[in-house]
Amino acid sequence: MSNTTTNPQKPTAVQTTGHAWDGDLQEFNNPLPRWWLWAFYATVVFAIGYWFVYPAWPVGGSWTKGFASATFSVGGKEQTMRWNTRSELLQDLDSGAGAVRQREYLQKIASADLEQVRQDPKMQDFVRQAGKVLFGTNCAACHGSGGQGVIGQFPALNDDDWLWGGTVDDIRRTLIGGRNGFMPAFREALTPAQADDVAQYVLTLSGIVQPDEAAERGKAIFHGSVGGCYYCHGDAGKGIKSMGAANLSDKIWTLVDVNATATVADKHALVRSVIWNGVQNRRQMPAFGHRLSDAEIKLLAFYVHQLGGGQ
Amino acid sequence: MRHEHIEVNSGLMIALVLAVISIGGLVEIVPLFYINETIEKVDGVRPYTPLELRGRDIYVREGCYLCHSQMVRPFRDEWLRYGHYSLAAESKYDHPFQWGSKRTGPDLARVGNKYSDQWQVQHLLKPTSVVPESIMPNYPWLLHNDLSYADVGDRMRALRRTGVPYSLTQAEYEANVKTFGKDVADKLDISQAQDNLLKQARGRNYDGLPNRITEMDALVAYLQVLGTMVDFSKYDEGYFAEFR
Repeated sequence: MSNTTTNPQKPTAVQTTGHAWDGDLQEFNNPLPRWWLWAFYATVVFAIGYWFVYPAWPVGGSWTKGFASATFSVGGKEQTMRWNTRSELLQDLDSGAGAVRQREYLQKIASADLEQVRQDPKMQDFVRQAGKVLFGTNCAACHGSGGQGVIGQFPALNDDDWLWGGTVDDIRRTLIGGRNGFMPAFREALTPAQADDVAQYVLTLSGIVQPDEAAERGKAIFHGSVGGCYYCHGDAGKGIKSMGAANLSDKIWTLVDVNATATVADKHALVRSVIWNGVQNRRQMPAFGHRLSDAEIKLLAFYVHQLGGGQ
Repeated sequence: MRHEHIEVNSGLMIALVLAVISIGGLVEIVPLFYINETIEKVDGVRPYTPLELRGRDIYVREGCYLCHSQMVRPFRDEWLRYGHYSLAAESKYDHPFQWGSKRTGPDLARVGNKYSDQWQVQHLLKPTSVVPESIMPNYPWLLHNDLSYADVGDRMRALRRTGVPYSLTQAEYEANVKTFGKDVADKLDISQAQDNLLKQARGRNYDGLPNRITEMDALVAYLQVLGTMVDFSKYDEGYFAEFR
């Protein structure tokens, strides 16, 4: 260590720290730049101001709460309380620019009927855009981002075939309370041959096969007390929406992908498998009544309604 | 003490550096332990049942927290997407808590009851089969592995040591009855842990396999309870803000 505190090469230049390594390796001791120093003092002053405005110091079992406040309304009553991230959130939800703009539209939606939405291009835009976001967060995981569904698991929402009804009110009810699709397993009630016959009859309903003897036998079971299929699927097999029973007379299949198979034998086997095994615990839709507001549910119902085939 | 003395003693230097940098953490963390209102007073939060607890362990084992947080922050966008912000009270029985810090996937703090059990099973087996855009890996072994639950009582005992009110003695059980009601207190009784686990798994059959108790049963049971314990409709909007 050297005791010189000046640079030996340039005696008039800046001071060094006084350390020297390897004989002549020294460390400058430059003063901090002025602007930096003042900026530093400014942050210190700012911090002191901050302590008074915002919650800051712990004191015993409590803390200094600060002067700042947030204002929001609870149950229609305006309330001002001390600032914290939670009260600020409530203020933002209540009077933030985004919240106010959104609420204006949501209130319109809440009081509008389907015709009014259809006739107002601005509301339609809102339904498509805000609805898409809500759908993406809450519905798309099961029903697909375009409402295409997964055959056998989650019904498609972009066609005009509805299990639980396709009016705006039906869709709202489904959203609020959830659904639980059920069909008994007919292996309990039918013999294998009877199940074959019923499957054959079901295929005639949508014109996949022409009526034959087996279908006639199946028809008797379908409409009789042995099978009793008509309780839920209706006399014409068109389904009953209060039961969530599928329409069997169209070419849309929601539990098995009949259209994807080539031969009649394969189609028959698929339909028969549904009759044989029924549907238990695989058509459950959660209730969203607690998760979303009434206006959001209505908005989603409008959105789903316009996806493809609302009624 | 001369500065030079510190600089040439690396052990002393390390000790002093640690002391200085810990101040930043300590002044933020320590007061939380004695400030009375850190944990909100709220009804409904209870420790996990044995089955949910095993699910929580599987959640940790699979490293779900590396991509999923469990912490809805108090911002409007999060409020709209996930629901009510998380309360400290909601993770008071979590050891370790699963707040996480990385959201490659969505936050899971309020995922309970949002999807059906069947969806959870399908999604865990192969996420892209229900969400084609997903980059989450497949977890097929959850349905393949039978759940090991012989040690669930020990796991509860370990948590009891950290202060989670699982009960061993009659007095502890009675205290739980008082706090949580009899139904919940029974599920927190360590001596009945295995029976309770089997009862819950068979009762709801989360994994869709009626004859087996799989790891899927446990994980789905855990996911379905996340964020559902507090009934927020019972509280005024401003109530929780009073605690901060």
